[in-house]
Amino acid sequence: MAVETHGTGTLPQIKGVKDVPYDELFVSGHRTCQGCESALVMRHMVKASGPRTIVLGSTGCMYVANTTYYTTPWVVPWMHTQLGASGSAALGTAAGLKVLMRKGKIKDEKINVIAFCGDGGGADMGIGAISATLTHKDYNSLILLYDNESYANTDIQLSSQTPYGAVTTFSPSGSAKRLMHTRWKKNMPGMMAAGHPESRYIAAGCAAYAVDLMNKIRKALELGGPTFVHTLDPCPKGWDYHPQYSQELGHLAVETGIWPLYEVIDGVCNLTGPTRQIAEGRKKRKPVYEYLKRQGRFAHFADEDVEHFQATVDKMWTEWLIPGVIPFTVAQKDQTLLRIEKRPLHEETKPA
Amino acid sequence: MALEVREKQPSDVETEQLATGCEAIAEAIRLADVDVMAAYPIRPYDGVMQAAAKLIANGKMDVEYIVADGEHSQFEIVKHACAVGSRVFVGSSGVGWFYAMEAIAVTAGLRLPVVAICGNRALDDPGAFGCEHNDALAVRDLGWLLCWAETAQESLDFALTAWRVGEDKRVSLPVAIGLDGAFLTHSQQIVKIPTQSAVNSFLPKFDLGDRLLHPDNPITIAPQVDQDWLMEIRMQNDQAMRKALEVIAEAHADFKRLFGRGGENPYLDEYMTDDAEVVFIGQGTLSLPMKVAIRKLRKEGHKVGLVRLKWFRPFATADVVKSLSRFKAVGVIDRDYSFGSPYYGGVLYNEIRSAMYSVEKRPTIVGFIAALGGREIEQPMAREMFDKLTAAASGGLKSGDITHWIGVRN
Repeated sequence: MAVETHGTGTLPQIKGVKDVPYDELFVSGHRTCQGCESALVMRHMVKASGPRTIVLGSTGCMYVANTTYYTTPWVVPWMHTQLGASGSAALGTAAGLKVLMRKGKIKDEKINVIAFCGDGGGADMGIGAISATLTHKDYNSLILLYDNESYANTDIQLSSQTPYGAVTTFSPSGSAKRLMHTRWKKNMPGMMAAGHPESRYIAAGCAAYAVDLMNKIRKALELGGPTFVHTLDPCPKGWDYHPQYSQELGHLAVETGIWPLYEVIDGVCNLTGPTRQIAEGRKKRKPVYEYLKRQGRFAHFADEDVEHFQATVDKMWTEWLIPGVIPFTVAQKDQTLLRIEKRPLHEETKPA
Repeated sequence: MALEVREKQPSDVETEQLATGCEAIAEAIRLADVDVMAAYPIRPYDGVMQAAAKLIANGKMDVEYIVADGEHSQFEIVKHACAVGSRVFVGSSGVGWFYAMEAIAVTAGLRLPVVAICGNRALDDPGAFGCEHNDALAVRDLGWLLCWAETAQESLDFALTAWRVGEDKRVSLPVAIGLDGAFLTHSQQIVKIPTQSAVNSFLPKFDLGDRLLHPDNPITIAPQVDQDWLMEIRMQNDQAMRKALEVIAEAHADFKRLFGRGGENPYLDEYMTDDAEVVFIGQGTLSLPMKVAIRKLRKEGHKVGLVRLKWFRPFATADVVKSLSRFKAVGVIDRDYSFGSPYYGGVLYNEIRSAMYSVEKRPTIVGFIAALGGREIEQPMAREMFDKLTAAASGGLKSGDITHWIGVRN
């Protein structure tokens, strides 16, 4: 059942590139790296939300690289929050605005509240506060997790979003241990969607699909209540590739099926972009090797590591209830009972 | 036939009610028209959150009441609510206070006037519910104002004063109010509940001015300043803390004028000190058993008194020095510890010693660490402290033997 919230009601879906707002609300003045996709996410985020937005930024690349004193790139009001506090920042800001408007202390109007965090701040330290905020259905806020798959601001240390086997400064490849990091990436957007039934909008996006991402941000703000968008952001420094390939790697992450694009609106999951095409069988999933071989962080991979990576991604597509979202399936004997018809995706979705 | 009874609005007349320190603070929250508060359970501070929840449930006040997922979130939530212009309240105790410490530190750096109570509780481990002051004292260097209440009445009065002083543009700093766990948080006393109109004349509306985070005022708050500017900003915090002394005095004078309470000195209270030769000094509710002890000692002819420090930060150095330099000996009672500190004294002890250093004829200063973990100061302990203090005053003091742990079993 949908809950009563108060969306902005002023942000129509963007129909194509020509329909993207011209105004830039994240401008020059930052010092992010060449090819930084997270910076692009920031730009798209406020482009989509418009000027009546307050942005809260938790510690991470998008704090440190973006807001050098006197040279802020933020045209909208912006405030720092602590590494694990994006959820609380969103909640406190939204609650403050709501009560001040109710009591007539400030003008009653639509103001978007967006709190962003990196994968370390969001999927590691701040997950508890994000989870709590996603249950506070009375407050309108969007939490955006920009995931460059490491603590990229502090020297590229592994986080719970770092992919299996990747080299980071906390997981170097050495003569005794080829792989120091052998945990599979935490399923953050799926977990948020599964765990917060009253959140009206949870999505996984990627800046390589810019219009799709901007529309996801708009839908989140439109629907209102606490919402969550997770973006996968290729990072030249952390992933070790030439900055000119950022967009290409974003495409490959989706096309190999490693990073499915989807949105969960009021409890209904829609696959979006190439992910939908793969599920429909209109597009073959590319082998993960295409993606891995382009990045220095996987350069130490032996054949068996690539095979393990491929097998785990295959399993996600063939055995999960919803690929990239629900990491389990229903026992055969209970499928009728639960009226779940698990169609075999595996024939259509085997990598080319 | 039904009789029409026109009740007077409770806010029109000053009333008296039996209230714990926590309940008194909840009344202050109502009177101050707080906008956002964040709760998380830990004893004993959470009595205030329970009392406030009742007031909200019964329609007595309109506050956004957020039950957080932990103390860190609690303090972050109110910090951000404050940045968009809300008057806020929060609190914690013991290790909960420490769990929030990152948020507590940045709130002072952001110069946001969050008001918090610390229902003083011993830090784990081993577990103890009882009162110790080390939790609240952890903010002493961060830019939080910090005071200690003695009674439920003073809890309410300090809370109203806290918003007024903290939100004053000359200060713009968060304020913590220490309430001794159990002794004050959960002990009922008669409390005068002031009228709404009197509170309105005492407490102006909160206005962040050009620091308000709002689309009409698109500022960037707390960017990376690094070595370029941090020292200048730290010094501004220092200046605000210095200014706070004066603002506290103004608020104190106004409070006395409007409500007829608050004692002579804004920063400290004196008890039977006029002709005293030796005095004790301490904070919070330990003054109550000490006053009993002093009355007994006075009956025996001893010239002894008590000074109770109300504000720990800012430390009213001039007033403390002026007060204490009149005496031969001063016994500092710490309900806290500072392991490995100079002379192994408590926190207050070393603060007092430091303040008194520049006094030419300074009194002998003896440290007592007492009543930790929720113990009460019992009368024999007060007697023991008095004996040690008078011995020190008459020249019995040896360096290295000036901090005494009181009431410790062998």
